[in-house]
Amino acid sequence: MTNPTRTARRTGRRHPLATVALIAVGLLGTGGAYALFTTSATAETTVAAAAQVDEGQKLFVANCATCHGLNLEGSTQGPTLIGVGAASVDFQVGSGRMPLAQTGPQAEVKPVQFTQEQVRAMAAYVASVSPGPAIPDEKYLTGEGNAAEGAELFRVNCAMCHNVAGAGGALTEGKFAPALNDVSAAHIYEAMVTGPQNMPVFNDMNITPEQKADIITYLKYIQEQPEPGGIGLGNLGPVSEGLFIWIFGLGAIVAITVWLTAKSN
Amino acid sequence: MANDTDTGTPSTAVEPYAPSAGIAVVNDDAIPNPGFPPERPRVTDLDPAVEQQQERRVAAWFLLSIVGTVVAIVAYIVFPITPGDQGSVRLNNLFLGLGIALALLSIGLGAVHWSKSLMEGHDLVELRHGTRGSDATRAKAVEVFQLGNKESGFTRRKLIRNSLIGALVVSPLPAVMLFRDLAPAEDPVGLLKHTLWEEGTRLTKDPTGVPIRAADVTLGSVFHVIPENLAESEHPLEEKAKAAVLLMRLDPEQLQISAGREDWHYDGIVAYSKICTHVGCPVALYEQHTHHLLCPCHQSQFDITREAAVIFGPAKRPLPQLPITVDDEGYLVARSDFNEPVGPSFWERSL
Repeated sequence: MTNPTRTARRTGRRHPLATVALIAVGLLGTGGAYALFTTSATAETTVAAAAQVDEGQKLFVANCATCHGLNLEGSTQGPTLIGVGAASVDFQVGSGRMPLAQTGPQAEVKPVQFTQEQVRAMAAYVASVSPGPAIPDEKYLTGEGNAAEGAELFRVNCAMCHNVAGAGGALTEGKFAPALNDVSAAHIYEAMVTGPQNMPVFNDMNITPEQKADIITYLKYIQEQPEPGGIGLGNLGPVSEGLFIWIFGLGAIVAITVWLTAKSN
Repeated sequence: MANDTDTGTPSTAVEPYAPSAGIAVVNDDAIPNPGFPPERPRVTDLDPAVEQQQERRVAAWFLLSIVGTVVAIVAYIVFPITPGDQGSVRLNNLFLGLGIALALLSIGLGAVHWSKSLMEGHDLVELRHGTRGSDATRAKAVEVFQLGNKESGFTRRKLIRNSLIGALVVSPLPAVMLFRDLAPAEDPVGLLKHTLWEEGTRLTKDPTGVPIRAADVTLGSVFHVIPENLAESEHPLEEKAKAAVLLMRLDPEQLQISAGREDWHYDGIVAYSKICTHVGCPVALYEQHTHHLLCPCHQSQFDITREAAVIFGPAKRPLPQLPITVDDEGYLVARSDFNEPVGPSFWERSL
């Protein structure tokens, strides 16, 4: 049994598979070490993400589950949230529409009820249960797109409800398209992707993320525009302007007429 | 003619109301004309010092008007319009307008103040005079016409008179030719009955013209659609005004489809004309949960689940549906043109 070994040592020759074995050991060593480090790193982020999801689930159960169900399945009081994605949660809760204060034609904006972290936690939880549109990338929200392209897209797709200057407008039976003056870029983007309430969905195949960035650019641009004609009166167009001149213009004429015909002292 | 009246007594200048017999009811206990209230002297009539003060005040208004004129001129020089700068236009217009308004308004206010405080303040009545001329005036007018007829021979020379009348009657005819050409050269009925859509025309996005794949139209989506050959057409705007389409995807179970329209939708994707059947406004206010389409002009509402049936408002007909399907590559295409004329009614419309 010892003889062959001794012979090999004497000749100074290694076993033909020794190199392969050595490389295999080396590879396994580095790979194992790498795997060890990276798994520990992933474990950390997984732990953090899991904590966020846990936190989100607690908030969801406490604040949302009454209507939307413990498993997002919905109820007679509220729609299912399966597939709505993080973007929808960030929009509805982040803009103060949810939790709903009362039922009505549509959810109204009110002071935001949660911190940014809590909103993100709930968004992470809802997204973890079933995938859906994600919270948009910051690069689309900078307002550095093409305002002219955005304006054309806005006129074609949005202006019929939201008014060409983004001043909002009425819909049927108490519903309305809100004004877009003070809406953050992220919420504008999320509204387009998710179609909150009665707004239709404008997915990335209809309006690409770059085009959405253009629309956001246009909305920011018109907000920064001065009003060369004087007071904008809400940019609602002929209705508010007509009402203004009807009340104040005719009022001034009536006042002057009364003064003209009154007897002097 | 004007009659000054004594103050405090019923006016004698105003004639009492006397209806002609037979056409009006005589009201015996009508309230008598109370006349003018007693004249109350103004403070400027009594106190010369106040009169002086008011005189200066009127003059001040007129001086203020001069100031306004100067302000307008100075403002025009001080705030010039820089091309491309909206702010400069605003400043220029604002101060120029304020100056001119001050100048003109001050003249008016000064004049009114003058008449109210310093000019004679007693009441007076101005009576209307009759509209019928005196007999002498009427006789004179008839005489003038007769003399003109006699001197020109208008009724005697029938050839001249009739040829003049003929010339006057014919003279507006060029206008008929001119205005006739304002109508479309082509028969508009054919144009109104057909749009750019035909079998196999791809549905493309407005305004980019990118074709739409059926898979890209998710539930609750709405696409604003133009035909793919719109850009090449001779009159793109006119064609777009007829061919504009709104594309929506609903749950196929929600669609109530009538006989003969079973293959007009593709897996819940429906396409309807965007032109309101009332007066042709673009109907595009789509509510994705109620599936109602609202026309912003006159609030007509259409229910997409019931083939765009009118549920409110002045529109009389549902929006025409564009029959669609998909081609080999998965893009949405039209099966045919609309099966009825789009938009509002017209006389020759048979439907």
